Amino acid sequence: MIEQIDKNLAQRPKDPEAARVWDIVGKVTDPEIPVLSIIDIGILRDVLVGSDGTPQVIITPTYSGCPAMDTIKADVEQALRDAGYERSEVTLVLAPAWTTDWMTPEGKKKLEEYGIAPPTGSAAVGMQRGPKRLSLAVRCPRCGSIKTNELSRFGSTSCKALYQCANCQEPFDYFKVH
Amino acid sequence: MSGGSGFDSATLISAGYALTSEELASSGVQASDDVAEYALRLGDDALILAQNMLWWVSRAPELEEDIALGNVALDLLGHARVLLTFAGSASGKSEDDLAYFREEEEFRCLHLVQFPGHDFGETIARQLIFSHYAFEQWKRLENSADATIAAIAAKASKELDYHVDHAEQWTQRLGLGTEESNRRLQAGLDYFWPYIDELFEDDEFIEKLGPVAVRPSELREDVMARITTAIEEAGLRVPEVKQAVTGGRRGEHREALGHLLAEMQVLARKHPGVTW
Repeated sequence: MIEQIDKNLAQRPKDPEAARVWDIVGKVTDPEIPVLSIIDIGILRDVLVGSDGTPQVIITPTYSGCPAMDTIKADVEQALRDAGYERSEVTLVLAPAWTTDWMTPEGKKKLEEYGIAPPTGSAAVGMQRGPKRLSLAVRCPRCGSIKTNELSRFGSTSCKALYQCANCQEPFDYFKVH
Repeated sequence: MSGGSGFDSATLISAGYALTSEELASSGVQASDDVAEYALRLGDDALILAQNMLWWVSRAPELEEDIALGNVALDLLGHARVLLTFAGSASGKSEDDLAYFREEEEFRCLHLVQFPGHDFGETIARQLIFSHYAFEQWKRLENSADATIAAIAAKASKELDYHVDHAEQWTQRLGLGTEESNRRLQAGLDYFWPYIDELFEDDEFIEKLGPVAVRPSELREDVMARITTAIEEAGLRVPEVKQAVTGGRRGEHREALGHLLAEMQVLARKHPGVTW
């Protein structure tokens, strides 16, 4: 389960066989946010192919308690079975810990079009102790106004917060910086 | 592993995809007995508090708060699951074996997390204390000599950062709110304060673990500074009360834990292997 992998963004493997697997499983989407693939969110960390041809897919959970991980794991296995791989291995890694900084620009764009405000700023500045930090305004994904209010930092899923737009009055989800 | 582990976990909606001790063992990661015991301490704090927090689902004062407390509990349950799985890898036990089939005296959690906290003021008071404590602990455990503990810590500390924020915001809201909200939060702080020394108690076992663990006494200064600042900024007072007799790390518990375990374990014990 635990292995150290490069802290940098995950890369499509250079090995053609592994790259093929990457492309197959990369189409698997988050069950909670079906417009986002596991590449978009940064959950897909690496793909290895064993000497016997068995693919090993390495994914990382977004939040410790995220119930979507079990579904994603099953969906990855199913995608590979559909593509003709009889056996596969899905490995969960915790290190390095997932961050919204791994979300792709396309992923952020898709999120916004879907009606969820993408994370603002970078996670690296978070987790400082001391005086309360100011956070950037969250733009309403419907009307584009920055006059929005946080209703609850905890939203419909672990990764989201609940906001309301003061301009168009619509409530919306915000994907938290993490 | 292609079809999942085949192990049925009662903590999952769909059977077969738990990160089980079998999977952990097959990945080659196995805790030593000492590291397993430490993971059990951390995991039991998270599990028991999660179970207590879940009581709030459908009962919180407003919908947003219902969701917030449910999310906090879900994070804690996530920590408990991976920690108990890791702890079980030393003895061939699953997370469910450890959660549902251990007796009261086999749990290693703090007394602080055992009480129901069914008053909202009590729950926020406890969250203020626990989340600061757990955040500081996980932050330091990111440098644990044990790679698995360090990996869990890197994820948990980020989540606890949100829990701290949630607790501090409610501390301000209740403390500076009405006379009644101030009174209730103060009562909550007074209620939980006798159990605060236990958070920072060292013992021989911690010394033996060395760089794998964090010495609890080292957390005291930072944690207390942050909690007392939050209390004072919210117009509340730091309680001056005697410390209670504790012993959670040794398996000596409050009556409340027995009631909690009875409710948490009844289904798994009555219908072993049940899934839904």
